[in-house]
Amino acid sequence: MSWEVVIGLEVHCQINTKTKAFCGCSTAFGAEPNTQTCPVCLGMPGQLPVLNAVAVDKTILTGLAIYADINLESKFDRKNYFYPDLPKGYQITQFTVPLVEHGHIDIVTKSRGAKRIGVTRIHMEEDAGKSMHEGLDAVSHIDLNRSGIPLMEIVSEPDMRSSDEAIAYLKNLHQVIRFLGVSGADMEKGQFRCDANVSVRRPGEPFGTRTEMKNMNSFRFIKQAIDYEVVRQIEVIEDGGAVIQESRLWDSVKNESRSMRTKEEANDYRYFPEPDLPPLRVSQLEVDNIKAGMPELPHQLHARFEAEFGLSAYDADVLTQTRELSGWYEALVAAHPADPKRCANWMANELLGRLKEMNKDLAHCPISAQAFAQLLDRMADSTISGKTAKDVLDAMMETGVSADDFIEAKGLKQVSDSGEIDAMIQAIMDANPNQLAAYRGGKEKLFGFFVGQVMKASKGQANPAMVNQRLKELLKAS
Amino acid sequence: MPFSSLSEIKTRLDCGETTAVEVAQLYLDRIAAHNEQLNAFVHLDADHVLGQAQASDAYRAAHGVHGARALEGLPIAIKDIFCTQDGPTQCCSNILKDFHAPYDAHVITKLKEAGAVLVGKTNMDEFAMGSSTETSAFGVCRNPWNTDRIPGGSSGGSASAVAAALTPAALGTDTGGSIRQPASLTGITGMKPTYGRVSRRGIIAFASSLDQAGPMTRTVKDAAMLTAAIEGHDPLDSTTVADAPQLDWLKACEQRNMQGMKIGVPKEYFVEGMDAEVRASVEEALKQCEALGAELVDISLPNTDLAVAAYYVIAPSEASANLSRYDSVRFGHRCENPEDLLDMYTRSRDEGFGSEVKRRILTGAFALSSGYYDAYYLKAQQVRTLIQQDFTQAFEKVDVIATPTSPVTAFKIGEKTDDPLTMYLSDIYTIAVNLAGLPGLSQPCGLAQGLPVGLQWIAPAWREDVLLGTASAYEAATDWHKQVPAAFNEISGGKA
Repeated sequence: MSWEVVIGLEVHCQINTKTKAFCGCSTAFGAEPNTQTCPVCLGMPGQLPVLNAVAVDKTILTGLAIYADINLESKFDRKNYFYPDLPKGYQITQFTVPLVEHGHIDIVTKSRGAKRIGVTRIHMEEDAGKSMHEGLDAVSHIDLNRSGIPLMEIVSEPDMRSSDEAIAYLKNLHQVIRFLGVSGADMEKGQFRCDANVSVRRPGEPFGTRTEMKNMNSFRFIKQAIDYEVVRQIEVIEDGGAVIQESRLWDSVKNESRSMRTKEEANDYRYFPEPDLPPLRVSQLEVDNIKAGMPELPHQLHARFEAEFGLSAYDADVLTQTRELSGWYEALVAAHPADPKRCANWMANELLGRLKEMNKDLAHCPISAQAFAQLLDRMADSTISGKTAKDVLDAMMETGVSADDFIEAKGLKQVSDSGEIDAMIQAIMDANPNQLAAYRGGKEKLFGFFVGQVMKASKGQANPAMVNQRLKELLKAS
Repeated sequence: MPFSSLSEIKTRLDCGETTAVEVAQLYLDRIAAHNEQLNAFVHLDADHVLGQAQASDAYRAAHGVHGARALEGLPIAIKDIFCTQDGPTQCCSNILKDFHAPYDAHVITKLKEAGAVLVGKTNMDEFAMGSSTETSAFGVCRNPWNTDRIPGGSSGGSASAVAAALTPAALGTDTGGSIRQPASLTGITGMKPTYGRVSRRGIIAFASSLDQAGPMTRTVKDAAMLTAAIEGHDPLDSTTVADAPQLDWLKACEQRNMQGMKIGVPKEYFVEGMDAEVRASVEEALKQCEALGAELVDISLPNTDLAVAAYYVIAPSEASANLSRYDSVRFGHRCENPEDLLDMYTRSRDEGFGSEVKRRILTGAFALSSGYYDAYYLKAQQVRTLIQQDFTQAFEKVDVIATPTSPVTAFKIGEKTDDPLTMYLSDIYTIAVNLAGLPGLSQPCGLAQGLPVGLQWIAPAWREDVLLGTASAYEAATDWHKQVPAAFNEISGGKA
């Protein structure tokens, strides 16, 4: 009898505001420890929080992008626990009434196809500081620069049934957040952090006991941790044991998880309404304004790229991964409108391939979309062949030279004059009478030999399509 | 002059009859003479006080009489709960021993901007948790009317200091009666403004949804002057109200509206168990109001008996979270040689907090804990709503409500310290006002066996003008506010 895996995900995403959630401190990453702090985010006596309105707007925008309801009145609560990197001894969060509820994200996986994953809620809260224990002899250091950075916690329904589905959900969510520009979402910097709630059950039965997997800072680790946990839980049950509700830490070096705390050891957070902040009220007008400013979302772009430009699902996928990619592609099509598919092929295969080899991202591409379009133009008007174009592109990427300048300087212009091509063909036929006779005697394989000879004679500049066409005629004629 | 009101001292300063330095020196001398007995001040830097007074005199000299600011040169004592850059802010707790705040509370900034001379830090119950100023880590504070007795609390140091004329006025805070009850027990005037009228920023939090700062003074007008200086929207305190109705504070006192006023007298506030003489004094005061043209209206506030219980769930719940920041990690007392994190937390907090504070943290943490939240915290919030509705309905019939401030006069030191529940009942008449967020004022209205009795006025939200007008009218017709504790009324030797 088979097992069914049940996965729900909680994503903590730092909102990329200039200042913290409840004070005016900078949120910039990587500053010297404790240089971006003030009495409010240090939890000094008598200090009070003031909510960052930009963080609210960005949370609403995210909610709208996943088709969720925006609560026009939401509330803040205190989540109480002691830890040295939590200065107030409580975290300001939204417990009872979050800003965003009831959204969804559509995913597609190879094994299970299309599926809609529910998003229970998105609530606003503040990040804690960082404790550093390693490499310190019997002391711990605390950096409170991160204390008070605004977070969105995005909580899914337990709708995923495989680690592939979980990763597809996370990648979609990550992509949407990047498109919206509401977070750097850099997983290595802890700007997009995921906890996974995992359980197994026999199909049709109620949910099994879940464990919470923590400390996974890449999609790969998340998948590994989930897969590991599924195997572990099944083994426990099949050995006659029972899964205990606990939090488990993923160790990406050992490729295993270990128990962090059990349910019995878990904190009672003693949530209650935050008396320092009145209920958060937003008007429908504000929500509508935020909606009006929403950029096109990845799946909308995807659909449009297929419909409007005739792209394959694969190319559309590649070119809608980030807002930079889709924007670059659209600029390219605008400069080379005749053939959007050629734009997609050349951008996806040639340009991005070269960027990857150069270890650069699109933001640091040495050539502009307009410059790239010029190269495509020269192919379209048969000035150069596709093969030559790849060489030209190499030079462009390396030196930033324009396609036209390089073609001109290197004399790469393709020969498309039928008279010139005919003369070259005639010279080759004259120089190779035996092969000509053999071909005319039925040895048609020799056609390739003649193409090669003509191209060689033209130093590769003869228009290959014309060479083909003229050769077929002239070789026949006798 | 020591028993002069703020406004009288202001007049003398404006007329050039005295200087801020002379005034400051007068009160410094009185503090030097009497504080050992009263323990009203827990911190005083005389040089710093004189420095402020000199600066004020210089400001007055540079700007002239008309350039003087609202509280120019006037001494104001500060409860130890207000953060000040100058001197320690310890909330009368060992956990904050020698803590120096790197910032001023918003109201301190406002007092400085108004030209006030800040005079030391006054004694209080630790973290404002108490009704007698006996839980202070710096020793009990005494009532100048009888130094064997408590001055009330938690703002007992401010009350004692004003009553004994160690300062003409002081700032207090009121979470469940902590301004009004000590004002009542020491024969002075104290007002808790509407919740949201005065910024709480920089005031060490006890119960955030209830805390409010206010004046403790010799007269109603002084209370108005001081409130006018400290009130107003603070963008950095989200619970102050940006569009709160603005009042002309001094004009409100001048209007003295007693004629035709409908004064509600809630039957639930005159019950068995209250001191008979207190009751007699308050009833006598009400008769006098009637004689001044007011109409007494019997009203009911039916949920009054639930207020204390609701308060002692809500306030400790909020306090349990507010006091979590005293974890010894960043500031405050830390135990010697902690073995590990848990040991550091538990021992530091055990050593730093007094027993009443611990009692409230435990009570609050329990009330909020999983499985009990609905039965305690949620239920208490529902009661709070009912109490608010009681007042809303009452104010449909009356303009203002009058009650005793405290059921008893000042009790003896140690009398209730072993019986927290009896102690908690000291605030039985003041707590509902905090739960409803309303403004309340206590003024002296009699003496019972030589101890002051207070009359409490309660007005609708944002109608401090009604409080001030009514209380001014009563004050103008009576002499109770002029009564001073004889032991502290020696003939002053100075020019003033």
